[in-house]
Amino acid sequence: MALELPENVVVSKLDSLANWCRKNSLWPMPFATACCGIELMATGASKHDLARFGAEVFRFSPRQCDLMIVAGRVVMKMLPVLQRIWQQMHEPKWCISMGACASTGGVFDTYSVVQGIDRFIPVDMYIPGCPPRPEQLIQAIIDLQDKIQNEGTITGEEFELKSRQATKRALIELPVIQTPVHLLR
Amino acid sequence: MLKTTTLEAMLAAYPELAVSEFRGGTRVVAQRGKLFETLQWFLCQRGFDLLVDITCVDYLNYRDAKDRFGLVYLLASTETNERITIRVYLNEPELSVPSVVSLWEGANWMEREVFDMFGIVFDGHPDLRRILMPDEFTAYPLRKDYPLQGRGERHNFPVLRRNQA
Repeated sequence: MALELPENVVVSKLDSLANWCRKNSLWPMPFATACCGIELMATGASKHDLARFGAEVFRFSPRQCDLMIVAGRVVMKMLPVLQRIWQQMHEPKWCISMGACASTGGVFDTYSVVQGIDRFIPVDMYIPGCPPRPEQLIQAIIDLQDKIQNEGTITGEEFELKSRQATKRALIELPVIQTPVHLLR
Repeated sequence: MLKTTTLEAMLAAYPELAVSEFRGGTRVVAQRGKLFETLQWFLCQRGFDLLVDITCVDYLNYRDAKDRFGLVYLLASTETNERITIRVYLNEPELSVPSVVSLWEGANWMEREVFDMFGIVFDGHPDLRRILMPDEFTAYPLRKDYPLQGRGERHNFPVLRRNQA
C-alpha cells in the first residue's frame, strides 16, 4: 500500500533527523596541548578547510561545544582540568583522541604523563600519528559523523553504559529476539 | 670568566673554598654552613646581581661521588660580565639550606622547583610549595631512586564514564 504524500514531504525517523542535524554541525572544543594542536589549527584553516564538513567553528568555551578534540599529551596535573572541561560540555558530546600522545602517552612514558586519556574519559575516535596529518583528522571527523548517524538517538540512549554495551555485544553476537511486551501480558 | 682580582678577594675572604676551572668557567664548592654568607658576599661585595639559576644534581650511583646531592647556584654580574658556579654538597638527612630569596627575589620559583624535584628544603623561603607537580604529589621525581614511570601516581584519578557527565 503506497501512502499518498505531497512531493515536498519526506518521511524519516526522528532519530535520524536529529543525527543528521548533529553530525553536520559539530562544534569542536580544541584541547590542544602540543604539536597535534598545530595540525588541528591547520585543519581548521583555509587550506584543509574543516568547514566543508560542518565542524569549523572552534569554540574555546566547553559550554558551547559538543566535540572535544584532545590534541597532544596530557600530564597528570592537566587531567583534572580535562575531566572538568569534559563534564562542562553539553550532551550529546563526543571525544576525539588525536595523536599518539593523547591515545597512549606516546613516547612520553614518564611519571607525569597520562598514558592515554581513554583511561579517564570516554573516547569515540582515535587518530594515530605523531602528529597526524590534517587529512587524518578530517577522516576521523567523517567517521565520527557516520557513527553519529548510525547509532545516535534523540534521547541519547547510546550514551548510557548498559545500552552501549548491549549495542557492542549485538555487533559480535547474534541479535537477541525479545518477545514484544504486549504478548507477555 | 672570573677576574683574577675577584678570585683573590674571594680566597682572602673564604680560604676554605675549593676552586676549580673547567673550560674557562670557575667553579667553587662551598660549605653548607657558610653557603648563605658566601652568596651574600658575592652579591654585596662583588656585585653579582644576577642569579642565573639554582639547580641540583643527584649523584646517586655516580662514579667516584661521595655526596648525594650537589646544589648549584649560577651567579653573574651584569656590571663586569663575570660568572661563577657555586656548588654545595648535601647528604641525607640534612637536606636543608638557607633560602636566598632575601638576596635575589628571582630565587623564589627556582627554589620551589628544586624543592619540587629533589626535596631540598630552603629554610626561610616565603612560600615553599610544589611548583610543577600537583600539590598532592608526595615523591621527588628527579631523584635517581624514583622510577622513570612513577609509582602509579599518573593513574590515580577518578574515571569518567559516558553516563556520568
